[in-house]
Amino acid sequence: MSVEIAELRKHGAPQIQFGEEVTGAEALLRCLILEGVEHIFGYPGGAVLPIYDSLYGSYFKHILTRHEQGAIHAADGYARATGKPGVCIATSGPGATNLVTGIATAQMDSVPLICITGNVSQKLIGTDAFQEANITGITIPITKHNYFVRDVRDLPRIVKEAFYIATTGRPGPVLIDIPKDVATAKAPFYYPDKVEIRGYRATLVPSDEEVKQFVDAIRSAKKPVIMAGGGIIAAGADKELLAFAEKTRIPVISTFMGLGGFPGTHELSLGMPGMHGNYTANQAILNTDCLIGLGVRFDDRITMGRTKEFAPHARIVHVDIDPAELGKNVATAVSVAGDVKSTLQKAIPLVSACDTADWIRQLREWQQQRPYKYKKDGNVLKPQAVIELLYRTTQGEAVITTDVGQHQMWTAQYYKFKHARSLISSGGLGTMGFGFPAAIGAQIANPGRTVIAVVGDGGFQMTSQELAILNQYKIPVKVAILNNQCLGMVRQWQELFYEHRYSEIDLSCSPDFVKLAEAYGVKGLRASTPEEAERVWAEALQYDGPVVVDFRVEQEENVYPMVAAGDTLDQMKLGED
Amino acid sequence: MQRHTIAILVNDKPGVLTRVATLFGQRGFNIDSITVGGSEEEGLSRMVISTGGDEQQINQLMKQLHKLIDVISVTHLSANPYVSRELALIKVSASPSQLAELNAIVEPFRASIVDVGPESLIIQVTGDSEKIDALLILLQNYGVLELTRTGSVAMARSIVPAEAAETV
Repeated sequence: MSVEIAELRKHGAPQIQFGEEVTGAEALLRCLILEGVEHIFGYPGGAVLPIYDSLYGSYFKHILTRHEQGAIHAADGYARATGKPGVCIATSGPGATNLVTGIATAQMDSVPLICITGNVSQKLIGTDAFQEANITGITIPITKHNYFVRDVRDLPRIVKEAFYIATTGRPGPVLIDIPKDVATAKAPFYYPDKVEIRGYRATLVPSDEEVKQFVDAIRSAKKPVIMAGGGIIAAGADKELLAFAEKTRIPVISTFMGLGGFPGTHELSLGMPGMHGNYTANQAILNTDCLIGLGVRFDDRITMGRTKEFAPHARIVHVDIDPAELGKNVATAVSVAGDVKSTLQKAIPLVSACDTADWIRQLREWQQQRPYKYKKDGNVLKPQAVIELLYRTTQGEAVITTDVGQHQMWTAQYYKFKHARSLISSGGLGTMGFGFPAAIGAQIANPGRTVIAVVGDGGFQMTSQELAILNQYKIPVKVAILNNQCLGMVRQWQELFYEHRYSEIDLSCSPDFVKLAEAYGVKGLRASTPEEAERVWAEALQYDGPVVVDFRVEQEENVYPMVAAGDTLDQMKLGED
Repeated sequence: MQRHTIAILVNDKPGVLTRVATLFGQRGFNIDSITVGGSEEEGLSRMVISTGGDEQQINQLMKQLHKLIDVISVTHLSANPYVSRELALIKVSASPSQLAELNAIVEPFRASIVDVGPESLIIQVTGDSEKIDALLILLQNYGVLELTRTGSVAMARSIVPAEAAETV
C-alpha cells in the first residue's frame, strides 16, 4: 500500500481490504479514499440512495449544498484552489442536469473534477423512467471524458481511469454515471495500481530539439514579451516562470486565467491584456517582435477575434500541453507541445539575458502614462475603490473568487495577485453564480486563508441559497457584493453600443442583502460611502465567521480601458477623464 | 472547400460513434459520409469519414479527434495516395424488356443487375465515388426510384511517396 494511503490513515481513513465482496456504492467510496479524496460536495436523491447509504457515518466530509450547481461550483473552487480534483455527487435526472453549467465551466477552464451521478436501474434505462436523463449523452461535448458503468466489476477501473484522465495532461471534468443496480450489485473489491489507456498521451515533455527551437526563437528578440496563461497555474510552473522571466529579462503579461501565475507586483509584470486589459499590456502585444505564449489559448477576449492583426510585428512562440491549441487561433513561428513546467525547466539553463533594457524603459513609460484609472467622486462609492480596499487590506494574500461581469474585470485590474491559485473565476464559460459557491470550496481547501467572493448583485442571486451552509460547516467566507442595482456589464454595452436603450437590466427590486444574510444566520453589513466601506470592511475582516457586505456602488460606472467587439487592440477606449 | 478523407481507429464501445459525430458538429464540420466497421484488431473499429475544410481546419479537426479518449489514431488518408471504394444499390424504373439495354450500360462499370421486377430493377455498383456518380447520370434517363450508398471505405496505398502518411 502506498505512502499516500498511509498518510490518509492518519486522517482517519479506514483500512481497505482487497478481495472483500462489497456493493458498487461501497466500492466507489473505497476508490475515492484510495484516490485521497476527503471532501465531497453533493446532494442526495433516489438514484444515489445506495451511495448515500454507504456515506452514512463514513470518513468523508460531505458538504450538502442547497443546489447541485452549488455543489459542482464548490468542487470546482476546491479544485482550483488546490490543484487536486474536486468531487461532487448528484442524483439522476434533474440532479445530473443541474450539474451541466458547472461541468461546462470546468471544461472551459481545464479544471479537474470528478462528477458522480446516479441513474435509474439498467432495466429501466431507455424507458423514460422517473428521473431518467441521458447524462452521458448530454455531457459528451462538455467533459474531457465520461463513463456509464454497466457492470459493478468495472467500477474500480473506471474510477481509477477517471481520476487519471481528469488530472493528467490538460485537466478537465470527468463524469461517471452509475445506475442504481450497479450501485447495489456486489463484487470482490480490487483497485488497479496503474492505468493503461491506449491512445491517451498524458504527459508531454518536449524533446531537446523542440526546447532548442524555443530558446533560439527568443534569443535575438529585441522587444520580447511573455504572455502567461492558466497553463502556468495548472502545471504549477509559477516558480519556473519567475526564474525564466528574471533570467531572460523578458516582461510578463498575465492573461485573466494566468493572474497570480506571475506576481502582479513584480517589476517585470505588465498585468492583463485584452478587451479590458491595461494600455501597456496591449501596447506590448502590438509592438513586440517575439510573443511567447506559455499555457495560453489566444482566446477572443485577447485577440478580439482579429487573429491576423494580433501581435502584427511578432514571431509567435507557443508552448501548450494541448497540441490542438497550437495553431488553433493564431499562426505560430515555433510551437512546442509540452507541459509548460518541464519545458521551462529544460529551457532555463539554456537561456541568457535578452537585451531588453530599452524595451522595458518604453513599457515603464507607458505604465506611468496610462495606468488603470477611474474618477473619484467625493462621497460616491466607486466599485474600483472597493477592490483597491480589498487589495490594500489583504496585501494580495487573499483568495478571491468572482462571478462574471464588471466586478470581475475590476478585480482583475485592481487586485494585484501575488500567488498562483489566488484568483478563482470562470474565465472561459463566463458563468454568473460561480463566485460564491466556488469561494465555499476554496475556503474548505484553505481553512486558514482569507477567502473573498467578489460578486455582483445579479450573479449572487443565482446561487445565494448557499448562504445556508456557511454556518452549518463553519465556512468563514467574506462575500463582497458590488451592488449597483443592475446588470452592470450588460448596462455598459447597452450604453455604448445600443444607444442607451437599457433593456431588462434593472435589479433594483433585489432583496435587502443584509437582511438576506441575517435570515441565514450570517452577519450582514452595508456600506454606501468610501468611509463606511473602510470601516465596515475592517469589521468584516476581523469578524471570525462568514460575512456578507453589501457595497452600494455607483451605478453608471463603466469598465475601462475597453476594446469594443470587432475592434483591434490599438482601438482601445481609455474612458472618460 | 477541399474534400478530405480521414480514417479513425476507435474502441469498439457503445457511444463512441456519438462522441465522434458530436465532435464534428461541435467544431462546425459536416460529415459528408461515414462508414464504420471492424478493423484488423479485435475490440477496435475503423471509421472512414469524408468531410470538407481547408488544411488548417482539417489539421485542427484531427487534433481534436485525437483528444477523444476512445480514439486510438487518426489518419489523413487523402493527404497521400489511397484507395477508396463505395458500394451503391440503385433502383431504376425499367421493365424486363429493357434488360439487355441496361446490361450494356452497366457492364463497362463492372456493375451488375441483382434484382428484376415487373417495373423496376436493382443495380449494384462498386467503385470510387466518381464512378458511381457517372453511372447515376447515365441511369437518370430511366428514372432512379431509390438510391442507397454506403459511403467510402478507404485505405492508404502500400507504396507512398517519400513523405509518410500523416498520422497523429
